[in-house]
Amino acid sequence: MKRKLIFIFLTQVAILFFVSIVAYAQGKIPTDDEVNTIAKKLYCPVCPNTPLDVCETKACEDWRAQIRDQLTDGWSGQQIIDYFVAQYGERVLAEPQRKGFTSLVWMLPVLAVAFGVVLVWQVLKNWRSVRQPPIDSPPPAPISPETLARIEKELQEMK
Amino acid sequence: MNLLRISLRNNFMIEQLESIAQPIGTPKVRRLGQDGQVIAFALVILLLGLLAFGLVKANTGPREKGMAPDFTITGFDGRTAKLSELHGQVVIVNFWASWCPPCRDEAAYLEQTWRKYQDQGVVFIGVDWVDTNKEALAYIKEFDITYINGPDTGTRIADAYRIKGVPETFFVAKNGELRGVKIGPLQSPELDEKIEELLQEVYP
Amino acid sequence: MLADIGLFAVVIAFLLAVYATFASFYGGRKECPAWVESARNAAILVFPLLTISVVILVYLLYTLDFSIAYVADVSSQAMSPFLRVTALWGGQQGSVLFWAWMMSGFVMVVLLRNWQRNRELMPYVIAVSMLTTAFFIGLVVFITNPFARLWLVPGAQELTIAIFPPASAMPYVPKDGGGLNPLLRHFGMIGHPPTTYLGFTGFVIPFAFAIAALITRKVNDDEWIRATRRWTLVAWIFLTIGLVLGGRWAYDVLGWGGFWGWDPVENAMLMPWLTGTAFLHSVMMAEKRGMLKKWNIVLIILTYSLSLFGTFITRTGIIGSVHAFAKSAMGPVFFLFIGITFLGSMSLLFSRWHLLKSEHEVESFASREAAFLLQNMLFLAITFAVFWGTVFPMISELINGTKITVGPPYFKMVTGPLFGALVLLMSLAPFFAWRKQGVRSLMRALLVPLIGSIIISIIWGYLHRMHPNSIFALWLASFVTMAILYEFWRGIRARMATRSENPLLALVNLLRRNHRRYGGYIIHLGVMMVALGFIGEAYFKQETQGTVGVGESLAVGGYTLRFDGLRDYSGSDGREIIEASTSLFKGDQLIRVLQPRRDYFIVQEQPSTIPGVYSTPGKDVYVLLVGWGENGINNATFKIYVNPLINWVWIGALFMVFGTLIAALPSGRQEGSYALKAVELQPVPGD
Repeated sequence: MKRKLIFIFLTQVAILFFVSIVAYAQGKIPTDDEVNTIAKKLYCPVCPNTPLDVCETKACEDWRAQIRDQLTDGWSGQQIIDYFVAQYGERVLAEPQRKGFTSLVWMLPVLAVAFGVVLVWQVLKNWRSVRQPPIDSPPPAPISPETLARIEKELQEMK
Repeated sequence: MNLLRISLRNNFMIEQLESIAQPIGTPKVRRLGQDGQVIAFALVILLLGLLAFGLVKANTGPREKGMAPDFTITGFDGRTAKLSELHGQVVIVNFWASWCPPCRDEAAYLEQTWRKYQDQGVVFIGVDWVDTNKEALAYIKEFDITYINGPDTGTRIADAYRIKGVPETFFVAKNGELRGVKIGPLQSPELDEKIEELLQEVYP
Repeated sequence: MLADIGLFAVVIAFLLAVYATFASFYGGRKECPAWVESARNAAILVFPLLTISVVILVYLLYTLDFSIAYVADVSSQAMSPFLRVTALWGGQQGSVLFWAWMMSGFVMVVLLRNWQRNRELMPYVIAVSMLTTAFFIGLVVFITNPFARLWLVPGAQELTIAIFPPASAMPYVPKDGGGLNPLLRHFGMIGHPPTTYLGFTGFVIPFAFAIAALITRKVNDDEWIRATRRWTLVAWIFLTIGLVLGGRWAYDVLGWGGFWGWDPVENAMLMPWLTGTAFLHSVMMAEKRGMLKKWNIVLIILTYSLSLFGTFITRTGIIGSVHAFAKSAMGPVFFLFIGITFLGSMSLLFSRWHLLKSEHEVESFASREAAFLLQNMLFLAITFAVFWGTVFPMISELINGTKITVGPPYFKMVTGPLFGALVLLMSLAPFFAWRKQGVRSLMRALLVPLIGSIIISIIWGYLHRMHPNSIFALWLASFVTMAILYEFWRGIRARMATRSENPLLALVNLLRRNHRRYGGYIIHLGVMMVALGFIGEAYFKQETQGTVGVGESLAVGGYTLRFDGLRDYSGSDGREIIEASTSLFKGDQLIRVLQPRRDYFIVQEQPSTIPGVYSTPGKDVYVLLVGWGENGINNATFKIYVNPLINWVWIGALFMVFGTLIAALPSGRQEGSYALKAVELQPVPGD
């Protein structure tokens, strides 16, 4: 009987212990920096082109407070961001998504650079392919400033 | 010294000779040039089209005519409302936000008018635009608002009505058509007058 | 009365500009010099007339004549005289007049200077530049007129703004004006808009010459390039200064600790700068080698078109931005003008495409020509990336219906590597010879900077091993900087050896004799310093935010900030100020007392945040007062940024200006004398 009581007592202590840990973790207020880390990835849904962590309007203060509450409740950063997108639309994301139609914004510059490289290659080849028979001249090398200075000096003496 | 002179002159002459022989682009490059021109034109025209679209959009105001876009809204208190199911009644759709000072100016007037007309076949729907639940509920409590109010999830309703900001109030007639929009806070007796007008509409 | 004179002057200027456009075009086609001369005279008169209007408008702003709608809008009694003058460009109407005024000024100088030298091109230069000027003056006269007055029509709810009074209306004079938006009340307001507009409008000159060359088919000689070389430099340096001042201004008043936000309006200014820089370099090759002719024309058309595009999106509100002007009715007309300009220049270019032939060839892919080509491609790629990111939100909305934001992460990720490649090219290209560069001699030339930069990177990398990503960027920056400095060193050493000059004299003479080359090197040094500032921002920036009571501290980046107290008081120009006193410590040592504050302009209901900043060449500590008095307790919320290396952006900009001045110096010797030109092309045997 006594052992059973002790067992019940210890179980209750254990439960209390774990519950208080969970409560403690949930009740811990996130720092402003933690809120800003997430706010940085979002844009103010109302003001044009203003990141959420620097926006000074009341609306943005409310949203940052909401992020704080969500962090307190244990939401992960990604969950908070997903929530914002669902609530306010895709435009709150600072970085465009890489799927769907929006992926085009990422793809086209890459294609443009590839196209550019090909173009440069073609033009250079064109420049080379129309050259006349090689002229018997010494291979060009960069003229060092010393040589230039010397030449200038000699030209002066020529006058 | 003389060698320098001679080589300079040589190089000059060589340069002159080279410039006389005009290099012509290879046929492949030439055709590429022509296709490129067509593509370039097409792209510029597309860009101009895009700019035209942007201009038109920037100058279009909120929706004022035609059938009011249908939507379903789930209120903060759990009620739902679907616009198309409200045919036969006058509907006032009011966009607001808790962080919007002018919205507060009209909040009391809206609630007051609602209570006056709620039994006469008029429905008020409040659409909360890009707001936080906490602040929205505090706002509703502050003004003791009893008509249905819900968040505009994904700003779908706002986009459909093309609102430019808050507060904006849309007037929907009994047959579901839009009868105008009020941009800015409503002042007495604007809303009463508009409702009376809409209530008196009869359809053949 | 005065306003009427101002209005009259603008209208006359408009008529003259229209006349000049048609007369010069007609005179050019019919080869009738009398018409062209007449057009020239008309065009020259435009600037003095617009000057009258501008002076009058400034006077009206200064004396607060509130019967004029524009004055009532942007000026107010609380504003200082200095600010009232800058209000000239504070609103849409005044800034368009200002733009037209500057453009007409440039045209007048060109017509006075180049009249004799470029006779054949002149008719079309006048036609193109006057067409553009006429458009902008037309906007002023018909759509956004700063001389419109306020009228009160009896019974109307709002005031009417018009030139001529509506029926039975009375003039209305408000007691006070709205005043400039508080964010505009900063010294940046006197520098940024004028330099930006000078940059944008300056490019109309090379553009006009290019179009004139196309029309007259004189595209194969580089007359149009030689005539406009200095104009391009002038426009470019103003645009550069405008960009830097804009960044500095944003840093000082917008309160987010940064200077470049990749906002659409900022991008709108960056794009013509990018193509303009490419153009600036590309024409060097045309002058020396007669190549890249097609590229040059494409680049100047792009630069000018992007300037127009930039000002279009800023003023018509099609892309939302914190910088945008209030919407006006100019959208459709402006759209038409842009369409005509784009399509017209393109058609003209394509019709003359076959005439643009390259004069020389290269033997190797490793040559200076190839380097210039690659540079053009890289600049265009970056411009495209920025352009795409700026217009994509509109495309997405059009096609998909969803609104999205393309923010800094996109721009940084996409343009970063391209800029890195460009910077690397910048260091290597001066060492490339024309036609063919041997790899061995290249390595020989670059060995010292390479080894030096690797040593620096190793040391730096060890000191900053917390940020491994930064090491490559730092190596690149140090390599390029050392390569440029090494060039100076070799030049100085050569002069010291051959002329026995002391180092300082050698440097001065180096700059004097080869001012284009060494001026260019100084500009590149400036670019590296700016790059250093960007590297600091990208990799080493730190920030923190927190709420503290009096006497408590926040810590970040080795610094501690102690909150000492708050006070509030009223400013002289209608603002309420809440100011925090804070002490910045490094360890135990007090460095500075900083006083960040929040201003609130009562009439406009607009807040403004002024940071407290501690600046050193190594970094800025930037403190913002974000909140106070929470829950009635005497505490305050601060946001602290530690911005390493940021001041190198401003220092670098100064170097760029200085370098441009050197490069733009008139040559002592006659330009293009073939002796030196031939020597630069090929070496002397026996070397």
